[in-house]
Amino acid sequence: MHTLEFSLVVALGSFAAGFLGSLTGLGGGVVIVPLLTLLFGVDMRYAIGASLVSVIATSSGAAAAYLREGYSNMRVGMFLEIATTVGAICGAVLAGRLSTSIIAIVFGVVLLYSAYSSTQTHEEMHKGLPPDRIATILRMDGSYPTASGPESYHVRQVPLGFGLMYVAGVLSGLLGIGSGAVKVLAMDQAMKIPFKVSTTTSNFMIGVTAAASAGIYLRNGYIDPGLAMPVMLGVLLGALTGARVLPGAKVRTLRVVFGVVIAALAVEMILQGVKGRL
Amino acid sequence: MSVGSGGKAAGVTSDKAIEMWLGELLRCGVILAALVVFAGGVWYVAKAQDTAANYRTFRGEPVELRHVTQIVHEAISLEPGGLIQLGLLLLIATPVARVVFSVVGFAMERDWMYVVFTLIVLATLLYSLTSTALAARQ
Repeated sequence: MHTLEFSLVVALGSFAAGFLGSLTGLGGGVVIVPLLTLLFGVDMRYAIGASLVSVIATSSGAAAAYLREGYSNMRVGMFLEIATTVGAICGAVLAGRLSTSIIAIVFGVVLLYSAYSSTQTHEEMHKGLPPDRIATILRMDGSYPTASGPESYHVRQVPLGFGLMYVAGVLSGLLGIGSGAVKVLAMDQAMKIPFKVSTTTSNFMIGVTAAASAGIYLRNGYIDPGLAMPVMLGVLLGALTGARVLPGAKVRTLRVVFGVVIAALAVEMILQGVKGRL
Repeated sequence: MSVGSGGKAAGVTSDKAIEMWLGELLRCGVILAALVVFAGGVWYVAKAQDTAANYRTFRGEPVELRHVTQIVHEAISLEPGGLIQLGLLLLIATPVARVVFSVVGFAMERDWMYVVFTLIVLATLLYSLTSTALAARQ
């Protein structure tokens, strides 16, 4: 394949991944690695390098829109970033030492979880909870805009959330993804933070988490300009386009279809990993 | 933001202002990075050989595309690969800049506890970006 041809095809695939990722809220990063490894035969290490770069681009690119809406909780985000950045360093160091087969299998499992979590309906569990001692000391409680005016919430179970965030960081650094699904699990399920606040704060944290492993990827030689260029530009444009379309889109069917595609990719990643072909 | 003008409410307002400002900063950083990557990309494709690079086997990038000083050097001498890497470095720098400005934001609110938390995050980021001890042995 010619260089121009290859770049255009990869950019197009990345655009689709970014577009679907932002429409469904699953993020583009989760499909970039399977796309590159399974479809284009790219080595796992180059693939996670290019994917990580695109994760930073979408997180920072979307932050302006999210921050304007006033949902995200800066204190919760910053405190938890201590856990995610340390985790990301551990993950990136691990990525340099584990075999690509093991990384592919872990990737498949995380992908399956992402697909599963996207089908779950979210019940708001924060209503009527008493204040938590640690969260009060850390001044984490906040409020967010709803149809009936600002609604305040109490943050719960900070140590559990902090621990889960460390895991999210390790997975991000090991797999070159944003691991938004695990971040939302930590905030929404463990810390009982309203869903909308969890997702926007998670987006806000993804860029910082990814930056913590990017330097290590760069020094390990994982970030190839010829591959990262079409991936980053494609995913970024796709995600921005998706965000434009989102307000009027019927995403339910799309979420199911995308969820099935992701699950299929996950199984394929695990199989290829077991066979030692990735 | 005048200090002590309205207790908790004042903190909330300036939080909002900081957030809006940070969002714009991040967007500008990403746009700049994407433009540099795109310019480098056009140059890269124009100068490239007929067949695309082989990514099937991992060889790792050459040294001049792995370290900040060498990347900047390559970019200045208008090497397409170096230009793309420079754009990617700018991209990596945007969330780092966000953390730096958060330190300033929390300091302006006199929220020293969060100034410390944010400095810990910043130190972790700078350590990962500069330490050579973390790289894999190859």
